[in-house]
Amino acid sequence: MGQVTEDDFQVIDHCLIIRLPEEVDHHRAGYISENADKYLVREEVRNVVFDFEDTRFMDSSGIGMIMGRYRKISCFGGRVYAIHADSQIRRIFRVCGLSKLILMPE
Amino acid sequence: MKNEMEIIFDAVSDNEAFARVAVAAFVTHLNPTVEELADIKTAVSEAVTNSIIHGYENLYGYGRPGRCPADLREIHPGKVRILCSLETDMLHIRVIDQGKGIEDVEKAMEPLYTSKPQLERSGMGFSFMEAFMDDLEVESSPGKGTVVSMKKKLGTGGWIEGEE
Repeated sequence: MGQVTEDDFQVIDHCLIIRLPEEVDHHRAGYISENADKYLVREEVRNVVFDFEDTRFMDSSGIGMIMGRYRKISCFGGRVYAIHADSQIRRIFRVCGLSKLILMPE
Repeated sequence: MKNEMEIIFDAVSDNEAFARVAVAAFVTHLNPTVEELADIKTAVSEAVTNSIIHGYENLYGYGRPGRCPADLREIHPGKVRILCSLETDMLHIRVIDQGKGIEDVEKAMEPLYTSKPQLERSGMGFSFMEAFMDDLEVESSPGKGTVVSMKKKLGTGGWIEGEE
């Protein structure tokens, strides 16, 4: 289980892309939120994309992290996307109703 | 057949991953489905996280590199205990702490309620435990600690397809 580093954050075209670690729990979510907020302020980010490619586990701490970013970005008309989410992550989204707020292409 | 195990570990966030993996490993010989394992891991993770950040108020996630705000750095000593028992295909998990306890259990279990909104907790912990396990009971007294009991029957098959 790798650490989350600066390399996991990328801004392309005012869009912040965050590559999430294998397991998103309270242990990791705090740092991701803090670092994401730094980018939101510094880089004039409009949309946020969470990339679940490597993620196999997420609990309610991850939901808190995503909801927090959604709150910050949606007041300015920004959107939050979740990509590459597997069936378990999608299920978590569904259970807490987040699938209505977060856009999941594919 | 009855089978039991018990683990006791420090209430720090490093141990969240250890706790859920240990419980998942305990049931692997029953050949649970991937979904059942995911459910158990999520529920254990929620309960253990609750004990750590609410019970013992160890707020600091160690996963973060670099500096950390001074008010989050303090570590309160304490142990979380997980008792698992398996009776044929019924898994019973108890997550026990001697932390500060919950004043109003009913309120704490409301979806979206969190006593720590400043930490961006989603308030979905107990809702997740309820959704992913078959039975959930919470006993708590302020100042004494909390016991979360969860039950799940294994081998009932995956989720119903077409839920989406």
